[in-house]
Amino acid sequence: MSTYSVEAIKINKTFGRRLVFNDINFRLDNPGIFGISGPNGSGKSTLVKIIAGLLSSTKGKITHKNSEKEIIPEKLHNHIGFVSPYLVLYEEFSAWENLNYLSKIRGITFDKDYAKELLERFLLYNRRNDLVKTYSSGMKQRIKFIFALIHHPELLIFDEPTSNLDDEGRELVYNIINDKSKENILIIASNDKSDLDLCTEVLDLKVSNKDF
Amino acid sequence: MIWKIILFLLISFVSIAGIAFPIVKNPQAWYEFPNIPGLEENAKIIFFHVPTAWLTLIAFLMSTVFSFKYLKNKNMDDDAKAYAAAQLGMVFCILATVTGAVWAKFAWGAFWSWDPRQTSIFALLLIYGALFALRSSIESEEKRATLSSVYSMIAFVTVPFFIFIMPRIMKGLHPGSADDTGAGPIVNFQMNSSMLFIFVLSLIGFTILYYWMWQVSYKSVIYRDKLNKNLIRG
Amino acid sequence: MISKAFAVFNKDFHSELRTRYAINSLAMFVIVAISVIMFAVGQEKISEGLTGGLFWVVIFFTAMSGLARTFVSEEERGTSLTLQLVASPSAVFSGKLLFNIILVFCMNTVIALLYAALFESFVIKNYSLFFFSFVLGNIGLAISSTIIAAIISKAGAKGTLYPVLSFPILLPLILTSVQLTLFSLDGTSIEDAKFELAIVVSYDVIMLTVSYMLFDFIWKD
Repeated sequence: MSTYSVEAIKINKTFGRRLVFNDINFRLDNPGIFGISGPNGSGKSTLVKIIAGLLSSTKGKITHKNSEKEIIPEKLHNHIGFVSPYLVLYEEFSAWENLNYLSKIRGITFDKDYAKELLERFLLYNRRNDLVKTYSSGMKQRIKFIFALIHHPELLIFDEPTSNLDDEGRELVYNIINDKSKENILIIASNDKSDLDLCTEVLDLKVSNKDF
Repeated sequence: MIWKIILFLLISFVSIAGIAFPIVKNPQAWYEFPNIPGLEENAKIIFFHVPTAWLTLIAFLMSTVFSFKYLKNKNMDDDAKAYAAAQLGMVFCILATVTGAVWAKFAWGAFWSWDPRQTSIFALLLIYGALFALRSSIESEEKRATLSSVYSMIAFVTVPFFIFIMPRIMKGLHPGSADDTGAGPIVNFQMNSSMLFIFVLSLIGFTILYYWMWQVSYKSVIYRDKLNKNLIRG
Repeated sequence: MISKAFAVFNKDFHSELRTRYAINSLAMFVIVAISVIMFAVGQEKISEGLTGGLFWVVIFFTAMSGLARTFVSEEERGTSLTLQLVASPSAVFSGKLLFNIILVFCMNTVIALLYAALFESFVIKNYSLFFFSFVLGNIGLAISSTIIAAIISKAGAKGTLYPVLSFPILLPLILTSVQLTLFSLDGTSIEDAKFELAIVVSYDVIMLTVSYMLFDFIWKD
């Protein structure tokens, strides 16, 4: 049972003079699946990027705590597993090399057994030495999950997790989501009905028309 | 309104006085300027050339300060202020370069001779030019504001180097520089009180003019931006 | 921190070995630039002063042709988000800087050797001064080009923008380095060149500090 918690207080984000969202508040401290939904342009991807520390909010604060200790922004990336349509792995490397190099950049030892287990689970083990550029878009989507899970993160953030996936792929992803939600906090940003059905709580974003 | 009238009178007085007051060997009357050996009538450019060079630096400094503020608060108004200051800085930089070059043609015999100050103002011109090239190449306004702020802060820290290197690498011809044997440091003691008075008035007048232009300019940048987004109606 | 920076470098190095994008363009550029100068010079005998200047002309333009690659390639392929997810900004910057420093050293060593072989008037009289100014100048060149490369990669990487933005920033370094190269060609002692060496050292230190401070703003878009 992890004791990870995420708290957002009065998050406000503007791009130039356009307000994306205003006054977002939530607190997640128990394992489970939390959804973020909203029409296109409502800032789902922006919000998950802010939670993951990839973007800074204009106002407000996101606090990540692990066992009551606050995580500093410089170290945050090692506690987060992130999947997003914008995520791209190095195409000139194979899946195995990608996982190896990226683990080393994280500063953790590359766990070969766990990598093997995950590759088998996502039905990619036989193709592990092929260059990523030869993969189909569904395979590219599945390898992103392996990349997001390899370092045992406490917080998982999936932005549109089932895009580009066929029914078999979806099944794999839903299995992983259900497995991980027993111990970890999961945040899913999606508009897909079946993705949101997994969530216990859903934050609904609206398109803001407010500018200043 | 009253400020604009005062500014108008001030600039008019400085322009007329600077051009019309005679230069004589032994100034007696309050409106006579002393003769500075090596400069003679050319000395009068001080009332117009030095303020433009001064404002180039002030504008550059202000642009950097507002860039820093933008990075701190991410407020688009600060970016507009930095941008307006840089635009005016570019204008005054060109004016200072041109007036300097014209004066140099008569004083040194060539428009351009890579004197340390000429090289420094050329470097500033390059920095301003690069800043506008960067701004015009970025579509997203937030990115444009952030990247140009970062660039102007990087450019700012390189400026002090010019002050140290230039005199070592090239010989100074400019009045007031260390190598200048002809005129010497005119600002210090060769100007009489009336010349100094007009010079200071001209600095003050041009600085107020700059401040006013900057305010009009940054407000227009903000209004144009808001009009484009239909935030206010024209 | 150092091991992570080295891991970023290692990844870039292997990626470079596979794609050979920067190395190829740099090598070709050196050959093209030097042959253009050779053709322009023709049978003319050029002075020491001019070779010292031309040496830095080639270095500047070669750097501008290849050093932006490290950041531009991440941005073009969309992998900068991936890198953001695995490393802190300072680790990324250190890794990329290390990559560019090594690239600059290889490139400038080749240029210096070619100059020594091809130009009669390029004869170094004070080797230790040349070595110091070469090392310090290369480090400064790599630091400034790396931070400007980060800016232009986010600005959509317009090709001509890179030299335009880099030149004013590199100008103090280039002016001083040209001077130092002239000193080492005419045999000035290190003692007499202390002021210029101090300028280059402080340029390196100041640019390094400013780059680390501002990189966060560039990297998090």
